[in-house]
Amino acid sequence: MPSVAYTAPTSLQEAAQALAGTDNARVLAGGTDLLVQMRLGLREPALLVDVKRIPELTSIDLDGERLLLGAAVPGAVVTADPDIGRLFPGFQEGLGLIGSSQIQGRASVGGNLCNASPAADSVPSLIVNRARCHILGTQGTRSVAAEDFNTGPASNCLAPGEMLVAVEFPLPAARSSDAYLRFIPRTEMDIAVAGAAVALTLDESGVCTDARVAIGAVAPTALLVPAAAEALIGGSLDEASLQQAAAAASEAARPITDKRGTVEYRKTVVGVLVRRAAVIARDRALAMEG
Amino acid sequence: MGANAVKKIHVSTTINGEPREFLCEPGQVLSEVLRLTLDLTGTKEGCTTGDCGACSVTLDGALVCSCLVLAAETEGREIGTVEGVARGGELHPVQQKILEHAALQCGICTPGIVVSAKALLEQNPDPSEEEVRYWLAGNLCRCTGYDKIIRAVLDAAATMREEAP
Repeated sequence: MPSVAYTAPTSLQEAAQALAGTDNARVLAGGTDLLVQMRLGLREPALLVDVKRIPELTSIDLDGERLLLGAAVPGAVVTADPDIGRLFPGFQEGLGLIGSSQIQGRASVGGNLCNASPAADSVPSLIVNRARCHILGTQGTRSVAAEDFNTGPASNCLAPGEMLVAVEFPLPAARSSDAYLRFIPRTEMDIAVAGAAVALTLDESGVCTDARVAIGAVAPTALLVPAAAEALIGGSLDEASLQQAAAAASEAARPITDKRGTVEYRKTVVGVLVRRAAVIARDRALAMEG
Repeated sequence: MGANAVKKIHVSTTINGEPREFLCEPGQVLSEVLRLTLDLTGTKEGCTTGDCGACSVTLDGALVCSCLVLAAETEGREIGTVEGVARGGELHPVQQKILEHAALQCGICTPGIVVSAKALLEQNPDPSEEEVRYWLAGNLCRCTGYDKIIRAVLDAAATMREEAP
């Protein structure tokens, strides 16, 4: 590993100072992307700021209005959390698909977002669940919607000296749920060819009153697809509306052809995934009734 | 700052229940310090990119790849390596069953599999075959003796359930 300095601040203020005080400092959370990138010579930071001793980065705080999830909380902690499983099962599923048991022991929610892979499995679920990303910099704090956080492959909205502190989920309304599906040619330990998350709310008669649809691995960033959500809202997810949502997702996708799939294939598959995820989210929302 | 000017970091940690101290460079990974500084060579280095699982250890109880942990991060933490799995010369059931099932060929992946399987059985004493296969998906065996490994872990789980009070 090339020459690098290391610091492990115990407060947000110390972390912000460390990041602002060194050119080319990087936040170290789980390290499952960053340390590999350093090993491969893709990044050579001068300073690693280990944020795992800062309480705000490592805590899960649920109250009557929102879930606040520290950016450095590892996937294995999220997937073992029964409250998160009840409120956002699709988000939990996405994190459970990332890498091996060993990787999930370290890889964090914030790292998956900040690494800005177009195929990141937790990001579509952050988007459909209206997560806000809380950012700290030397000038203070700001927050951005999850769909606005990443700006392209390996690029996000953080300015030099800024860090992601936590993601905040508003609690879902009654009869709401979500789902995430990805397609890979094997059963595990792979990168999504295409991914889709759906979150929706039903009324007492099973009519969809609110929905969000996001797709991954089919554009430079995960995309919110309002047209797909509009196809679902106002009906009870009949065949026609599911087909319309799938078509809207395929239409919105702007994939590339690479070793994992062609443009045509990805556009088709992402529609299928949206349709299937919508049905799973609906069935979950119905099961929550009573 | 040149490579020679890097100041070493003093780390106090706990390894297999024993307090340990060491000096490391800021960028040194845990697998390297375990093997080269602390002479705990049971932990193997395979890929060094978190793909193969040969370097599996526990960190505060969580299963991790020690090639993707900086040694400096372990200050005040608890590390569990394969050297701490057997107790007083008595093999852990996972180790015993790997022997009985001849579930190893070259053996490089075995320490990681022992640590990983033990971590699984501590949180899930009665896993299905599918659950064992998915849990161990991050432990690659290049001799491809997976079936025997899975059978050994399932057998160890059954033994541990019988022995449990």
